[in-house]
Amino acid sequence: MNDLVGVLGLAQPQVSKHLRVLREVGAVDVRDKGRQRFYRLNGHALKPIHDWVKNYERSWSERFDRLDAVLEELKEKEEGDGSDE
Amino acid sequence: MAVTSSGTATVTLPTDEQILITREFDAPKNLVYKAWTTPELVRRWWSANRGEMTVAEIDLRVGGMWRYAMVADGGFEVAFHGEYREIVPNERIVLTEVYEGIPDAEAEAEAALNTLTLTEEDGRTTLTNLVEHRNKEGRDAHIDSGMEAGMQDAMDLLEQVAITLR
Repeated sequence: MNDLVGVLGLAQPQVSKHLRVLREVGAVDVRDKGRQRFYRLNGHALKPIHDWVKNYERSWSERFDRLDAVLEELKEKEEGDGSDE
Repeated sequence: MAVTSSGTATVTLPTDEQILITREFDAPKNLVYKAWTTPELVRRWWSANRGEMTVAEIDLRVGGMWRYAMVADGGFEVAFHGEYREIVPNERIVLTEVYEGIPDAEAEAEAALNTLTLTEEDGRTTLTNLVEHRNKEGRDAHIDSGMEAGMQDAMDLLEQVAITLR
């Protein structure tokens, strides 16, 4: 919990509130150890979101693979020209 | 030195209305900008492997319009257009984006606002494209369209596999 407060730069009550919501929907699991609470991401619960975004992500990946090829050509051309334009 | 491919695109959803696309390129930002804003270069990458790009119009000035269209392999046309709102050469472009597949009046009201940012370090460029929709429904529909395209890919693969089995 203290780690999360540090990383997120949010006040502890806010972090607690977010974690409570995440716990309620099963996105994180919680374990008590003495006075400390440990939270762990539940990958299984997040998978449907990952799957949903994955195809959209792939269409951009394909685009960018092609853009890589265009950029390679532009770089070669620039080196050949020895100028910026 | 041989530099391998820069990897795949990363898509995250920072808020309910947003989509953030990030990718690193092994090229300086002026070249990424050029490839992003020159019609004959856009034609070579924008349609990915999903069809033939038929229109790439770019009037690169604030208030200028853009329009991209492609004919998908299934034969149907997909088109987008919008207006440039802000242009900082080699660094930043803000534009609106309207998907033409939904009725006109509705489409203009649903226009997304896209912010492209290019930052260069050691000759490599990190590109981010932040897509901001008016509401969660618009954002979700946008991602669903990728889902359909993904399905199309799957069908294409299936077809190829089927042909080899013939």
